[in-house]
Amino acid sequence: MQDQKSAEHGHPTAAVYLRVAAVLVILTVLEVGVFYVPQFHGVLVPVLLCLSAVKFTLVVMFYMHLKMDSPFFTFLFGGPLLLATAVILALMFMFGAFTLRR
Amino acid sequence: MSHHTSLGLDNRKMAFWAFIGSECLLFGSLIATYLVYKGRSVVGPYPHDVLNIPFTSISTFDLLMSSLMMVLALAAVQRNDMRWAKVWLFSTALLGIFFLGGQVYEFTSFVHEGLTLQRNLFGATFFVLTGTHGAHVSVGVLWLLTLWYRALRGKLTAANAMTVEITGLYWHFVDVIWIVIFTVVYLIQ
Repeated sequence: MQDQKSAEHGHPTAAVYLRVAAVLVILTVLEVGVFYVPQFHGVLVPVLLCLSAVKFTLVVMFYMHLKMDSPFFTFLFGGPLLLATAVILALMFMFGAFTLRR
Repeated sequence: MSHHTSLGLDNRKMAFWAFIGSECLLFGSLIATYLVYKGRSVVGPYPHDVLNIPFTSISTFDLLMSSLMMVLALAAVQRNDMRWAKVWLFSTALLGIFFLGGQVYEFTSFVHEGLTLQRNLFGATFFVLTGTHGAHVSVGVLWLLTLWYRALRGKLTAANAMTVEITGLYWHFVDVIWIVIFTVVYLIQ
């Protein structure tokens, strides 16, 4: 009954919400685990950024309902998000955070 | 009073997504400032001297669970199950209050260790970024408690599901920003 009513709103069911929460917790444990394992220190930054991006995407897609909602909302959110990411990368580049190798 | 736009979308929800887009740029600029000045402090304390990963991991878990409570609250309101809606709304606010308590404890311990807003570039950028996020969490907690109070008074029904959904959008946005801050500030030192 609950599933049927949730589906009427086009939103995920409570079971889906719980599964997403479980994945989010596992990913957070992985993030903290990777931080403490010395063998991962060489690839720490890309691994952590990937795990963080997956968590970010899961929350936005399922909890904020962008997966089910109008693509226009994705545009309203995704546009500024891309712009913000570009600003971060551009400023880091301008202030010498990335060193160009010849 | 909600209206549907020419796109057939709820006007409040559309406006709120545009607001969240603008918030992306606000937090983007603060994160960029933190990253640009990262490692440029000439005096300590430095990030590895003060940041407490186990403690912040618990705060992160707390905020993730609050997001789960929020979607369960929305699902309860949508099926007009106001008894559970009240429980989940209050639980979300309570977890938000725990997160804020953790942040107050963290800030206080940092100040005792000599890290202040004026001490060095790390202090300035760290406190502005996490403090702005904390201010957003505070607004979210007040908003949630207002909804919970309305639910207690019987003034929140399935007809107000969009109000709860918009509150949820704000709360989840605060959560995703913390996901980024936890990685960029705490784990990538």
